[in-house]
Amino acid sequence: MESFNFLQSLPAIVPEIGLTITAIIVLFLDLRLPESQRKSIAWVSALCLLATAALYLIFWSPTAETTGLYWGGMVRHDTLAQIFKTMILIAAAITSLMAIDVRGLGRKGEFYLIVLVSSLGGCLISGAADLIMVFLGLETVTIPLYILASFHRNDGRSAEAGMKYFLFGSFASAIMLYGLSLLYGFTGQTNLYEIARYLASPEFSSNALPVIGALVMIVAGFGFKISAAPFHFWTPDVYEGAPTPVTAYLSVASKAASFALLIRFFSAVFPEGLVLNGVEIQNFWVQLATALAVISMTLGNVVALAQRNIKRLLAYSSIAQAGYTLIGVAALQVSASQEHAIAAIAFYMFMYTFTNLLAFAVVALFSEATGSETISDLAGLSRRSPWLALTMTIALLSLGGVPPAAGFFGKFFLFQAAVNSGLVWLALFGVLNSIVALYYYLTVIKVMYVDHSPDEDKPIPVSRTYVWVLGATSIIVIVLGSVGVQPIFDWALRGAQALFGTV
Amino acid sequence: MVPLWMYLLVGAGLFCIGVYGVLARRNAVAILMSIELMLTAVNINLVAFWRYVTPQNMSGQAFTAFVFVVAAAEAAVGLAIIISIYRNRRSVIVEEVNVLRG
Repeated sequence: MESFNFLQSLPAIVPEIGLTITAIIVLFLDLRLPESQRKSIAWVSALCLLATAALYLIFWSPTAETTGLYWGGMVRHDTLAQIFKTMILIAAAITSLMAIDVRGLGRKGEFYLIVLVSSLGGCLISGAADLIMVFLGLETVTIPLYILASFHRNDGRSAEAGMKYFLFGSFASAIMLYGLSLLYGFTGQTNLYEIARYLASPEFSSNALPVIGALVMIVAGFGFKISAAPFHFWTPDVYEGAPTPVTAYLSVASKAASFALLIRFFSAVFPEGLVLNGVEIQNFWVQLATALAVISMTLGNVVALAQRNIKRLLAYSSIAQAGYTLIGVAALQVSASQEHAIAAIAFYMFMYTFTNLLAFAVVALFSEATGSETISDLAGLSRRSPWLALTMTIALLSLGGVPPAAGFFGKFFLFQAAVNSGLVWLALFGVLNSIVALYYYLTVIKVMYVDHSPDEDKPIPVSRTYVWVLGATSIIVIVLGSVGVQPIFDWALRGAQALFGTV
Repeated sequence: MVPLWMYLLVGAGLFCIGVYGVLARRNAVAILMSIELMLTAVNINLVAFWRYVTPQNMSGQAFTAFVFVVAAAEAAVGLAIIISIYRNRRSVIVEEVNVLRG
């Protein structure tokens, strides 16, 4: 093992350092500012996060020389981690601004603090390369999310959402942890790359069955985090009950970070060509991902058709989106198309983060103004607030995969990856599912533009913060679907190459 | 000396009791206790594996310490959430907490 160099190790955790400093500033401001000025904490927190992301991208981007394991093999500094960390930082910044006008959140400094801590966990797992860091990072993401989901503690629905999230979440992470402990036991190592090396070496002579057992337990844990069916039971209830900015955050940040970890974990620990007693392990987890993808897409889209609450609709849509992304994981089975598949997943998560934040920002604003979350109450939104309706339309079209919004290219790259690795049927299945999904997205758009409601003469006020949030996010969604596709996809491709670079 | 498989058997047994408790109990506090049992099973596994597989490498013990800390944090948050449910509903039976359904 190389000797430890403190200064050289620091760039690997720049976002985490930035988040910690921001958290301390927020805590201090929360103590010092009077209640009436606490809203400015949101701006301070968002600006610090964006500054961290910018500094990280400009000064401490991983290069060919600096890519590698740091902090005793705990984290890996590479472009893939950088993509997902940037995503999480921006998502946390947007969430902070989104909460500013929400009753019961905007004036509470601790809300911003808990969002920051959760993002810290997200950044840690994006680069985690050790079982201890995997576990610790995942829990650092989820434990704050339990608190956030039940943040309106006097509202029965929020408390219920928190309880359901907590019970399902800690059950899933206990199962996953058991799988991790078995994996540690088989190899005596905690570093992911060391585990892979040991499993592949002739010293390891075990039956494949216990390894597969551990693998299934770990997949169950990941399935919960990315809300893939059949581990999705918590999703609709938590999405509906939690305060809307929290729903937005947990639907993107924890999902994106878990996908980052999922790709890294499985391609590092169970790489291609790992054969135990004649069983090719990669085949096994790839097929598991295929099955999860098919179930999640079908269940998410079909059940979403029957929803009347917009947050529940978006919850089932998010289950379906996890299914589409898992198509990319299934496409990892052919080594020639692996890099493309990983880049497709990263691009999809990048566009999904902004799109979903945009959709939930509109929902947050609408339910703050009208107190309603049912789809039929969106009627006449195009006349009450044309810009808001347009923003929601962009978000829904992007989720449905209609150009020029970003979702089109996201789905295109994923299906292309599936076709490249010979899974034509899975790509076709994904396309069919997108058509089903388009139906319920278009229904919402129809309600906003065509249907009439008695409140049509009451405009919905949009505060200046929201103008910024909605405007910037819509522009990003459109840019990601047009001129931004090439640079972002190239970046994702570099990330995918870095993942397989020498350790 | 006690062989490794005996420790693993105790761990697996505790884990199964925990899973059964989560699935069968209706009281949220009892479910929380069952989850803690599962984490204890993990700790037994980790320490046993550390002692028998790689006693020279401390990472197994470090892992156990982290599991302890996280389990404590989880229990603290979980109990706080359950208390807030109790204040709202006067009940911690999970089946009675069902406002959210679609």
